[in-house]
Amino acid sequence: MSDLFSLDNVSVQFKVGRKILRAVDRVSLAIAEGETLALVGESGSGKSTLGNVVAGLQVPTEGTLAFKGRKLDRASWPVARRAIQIVFQDPFGALDPRMPVSDIIAEPLRIQGTANAAERAARAAELIEQVGLPVDALNRYPHEFSGGQRQRIAIARALAPRPQLIVADEPLSALDVSIQSQVLNLMKDLQAAHSLSYLFISHDLAVVNHLVDRIAVLYLGRLVEVGPRAELFAGPAHPYTRALLASVPRIGARRSRGRAIVGEMPSPLAPPPGCVFHPRCPLAQDICRTEVPMLAPLAARAGEAACHFRDQVA
Amino acid sequence: MTRYIFRRVGQSALVMLVMSVVIYALIGLMPGDPLDIMIASNPGATPEVVAKLRQLYGLDQPLMVRYWHWLTSALSGDLGFSRVHSAPVLEILRPALLQSCKLMLGSFALSVVLAFSLGIIAARRPGGIVDGLIGLIAFAGISVPVFWLALMMILIFAVNLHWLPASGISNVGDGGLRDQLVHLIMPVVTLGFATTGGFIRYVRASMIEVLRMDHVRTARAKGAGEGRVVLIHAFRNALIPVVTIMALSFGTLFNGALLTETMFAQPGMGKMIYDSILGNDFNLALTGLLFATGVTLLSNLAADLAYGWLDPRITLQ
Amino acid sequence: MSGSRTEAAIGPWMLRWRRFRRNRAGMAALLVLVALVLFVLAAFPMQIWGGMNADATDLFARFDPPDAAHWLGRDEAGRDVLLRLMVGGQISLLVGLLGTAVGGAFGVLIGICAGYFGGKIDALLMRFTDGMIALPLLPLVIVMGAIDLTKIGFSRDFAHSGAVGFWRIVVVIAIVDWTAIARLVRAATMALKERDFVRSARASGAGAGYTMASHILPNIATPVIVAFTLTVGRVILLESTLSFLGFGIVPPTPSWGNMLSNAQDMVINAPALAVYPGLLILITVIAVNFLGDGLQSAFDPRAER
Repeated sequence: MSDLFSLDNVSVQFKVGRKILRAVDRVSLAIAEGETLALVGESGSGKSTLGNVVAGLQVPTEGTLAFKGRKLDRASWPVARRAIQIVFQDPFGALDPRMPVSDIIAEPLRIQGTANAAERAARAAELIEQVGLPVDALNRYPHEFSGGQRQRIAIARALAPRPQLIVADEPLSALDVSIQSQVLNLMKDLQAAHSLSYLFISHDLAVVNHLVDRIAVLYLGRLVEVGPRAELFAGPAHPYTRALLASVPRIGARRSRGRAIVGEMPSPLAPPPGCVFHPRCPLAQDICRTEVPMLAPLAARAGEAACHFRDQVA
Repeated sequence: MTRYIFRRVGQSALVMLVMSVVIYALIGLMPGDPLDIMIASNPGATPEVVAKLRQLYGLDQPLMVRYWHWLTSALSGDLGFSRVHSAPVLEILRPALLQSCKLMLGSFALSVVLAFSLGIIAARRPGGIVDGLIGLIAFAGISVPVFWLALMMILIFAVNLHWLPASGISNVGDGGLRDQLVHLIMPVVTLGFATTGGFIRYVRASMIEVLRMDHVRTARAKGAGEGRVVLIHAFRNALIPVVTIMALSFGTLFNGALLTETMFAQPGMGKMIYDSILGNDFNLALTGLLFATGVTLLSNLAADLAYGWLDPRITLQ
Repeated sequence: MSGSRTEAAIGPWMLRWRRFRRNRAGMAALLVLVALVLFVLAAFPMQIWGGMNADATDLFARFDPPDAAHWLGRDEAGRDVLLRLMVGGQISLLVGLLGTAVGGAFGVLIGICAGYFGGKIDALLMRFTDGMIALPLLPLVIVMGAIDLTKIGFSRDFAHSGAVGFWRIVVVIAIVDWTAIARLVRAATMALKERDFVRSARASGAGAGYTMASHILPNIATPVIVAFTLTVGRVILLESTLSFLGFGIVPPTPSWGNMLSNAQDMVINAPALAVYPGLLILITVIAVNFLGDGLQSAFDPRAER
């Protein structure tokens, strides 16, 4: 598999008053073709900001982006945009209440000017069926649909320009549990049918387990661990990943794989020195308080972790 | 907070400066100039004399040069001479200002009293008949042309009923306090009614909101009398935003005062500005307009600072 | 949506119209306004087929009382009062609509740019707006109404033509009455541009122009319509005031405002002349305000979903 989208040393900083908030701090990551990569973290970890960077909604303060090996700049972004779409968390906010569904779905084509009105209508009809809604939904307005149905419409819209990568920013967390699995299965089916890559952003590891190939864990804007799903679930290398996994209820598994996370996430306006996780880490040593651990490959299995004791945790 | 105050004061000063340029330029575009009037009253003036006079008065200079001359002398306290009144502008300004203050304070007081009593009554049963009637009164206040209301008042109370004097501030040979008050009644009622319309709607909306709030419902549940609930618990909370909005309405009040004073021939600021524009009294018009701008700016500034003081979140924006 | 699949799709505007129809005051106001428009338009048949002329004077019929041919009598120059009220109403309503349209369009443009682009552009435009709000409206409008157009390079004939008199007042009003709409549009735009549907359009490559036209404008349409309605009322009042003071529509072209200006001098001899135009202004502006109020409650976002 070759890299579809890659981020190299990407940082995003915001000015809050006179302070600087590092929402994303020197993250390097790649999404392969046809792969589903999960971006996992608590709220405030910077995962949505990173999703916005990939979707082209946020210009990184530092670092470079590349699509299919080509560096993204002013000239190449407009081309890449056609291949990258985004699905948001809140199905009530993601659809323009003033537009009928047919226009919503076909909008990316209209913006990009790649299809005429008849082609757009045909594409909308084709897509509405693919996401499991009746064709007469096309003439209706968003307020007539339920949350799950709206999310299906949002997915249909994202598929319209035949993208290669879809950034899904917590697409399930606003939905009822019974609806979540339906939408999840739909996303899986569509991936198989269209050879899509997903950047799946979630705070819920349980959801991620059903869909993804690889997992990237974000904490306070930093990438703390990346690895294939099965290996990461079986033996998390970073204490934070371990704590996250411990909080996931799983049938047939022993409950305590380690202590749950203690304390609150520090303010990203004043990140702790050294390893950002040390104030909450059960294994913290002196070195963790002073030296920033770099993301490095693990000795025992595939994957990388940013922990001074990465090969001892598992 | 200190920084915020400085920034807002600085902004207001800048707006004032910009406006003085704009108003100076606009006044210059009004029909005629001081010389045309002089020439009109002196048919013997030859073109050479006119040109000489123009040069003498500096009227041949570019706009910005003339503005600069005006600004420097204005800042040193010389606002020029009023052509119509044949007196320094400052001397005319003071009594006019006093007269306007009487009218505006009286009208403001009347409109506030009316707004609070009617607004609270309306808010007790939103959607009822009384609320509907008060709504109509409020809309009538907002919608009535002030000059027409004044005209109707004169028609009814002065022409037909002979109850009140139609114009002026006092009768010749009288001028006692009672006489002055009688002359103020119609202007104050006219302006007060026109101002109260918007106020009633604010008070009503604010009271309805407060009456829905938890602490008011708690007071009701505790069995506090209805009058007590409305007056003590709700009114106090509805007061702050409403009073700030009322203080902000200075500009509207001033517009109304211009019309009311003109209609009832009251020698206040509004009538002074109107007469000076009509009579090509450039210095007086300029000063009057700038004064009105300054006062409006100051009242907006005060309202903003009061908001900032009451609600610190606003200053962050 | 379950169970409603067989019904025809109901657009948001249909829902709002249904809600508005239940608002009794708003509906009454709408009917009054329709009646007023019909009233002022009735001048055309009266002029064309009735052979009447709003400017035809008859000095032997000054202040004639109402009769079969002149229902409201005649004015100080023997002109038909009813016809002049109709023609004057056309002017007043037209100024109200045009002043609002021009000023409102400017306000929408300023507000949407400030709200959408933010940052320095927003700061600049909003300082401009704040400065405008801080001005003493009426005296300033009087000065602008009094400006001698020949001093800024227009010919004497042009400056004194009737059309210029009409458009001058529209422009003067538009110059001062756009700030409320600009602020409203700015606030609404700022809230909208962070909504996900706007962001997903941007992610698809939508530019500022497309986003404003396709997403922001349709979504701020309801509050803007309410604000425009209320502005029409204010503009009609302002026009009447200016014309009354002699800086607006200039006689012999009638407008409700300048008819009152004439009537003021004759209030003792012919009080009725002072009553009709003012009453019409009052009724019009009250109706416009009630209409705006009714639209506001019909468009209330809390009632939508």
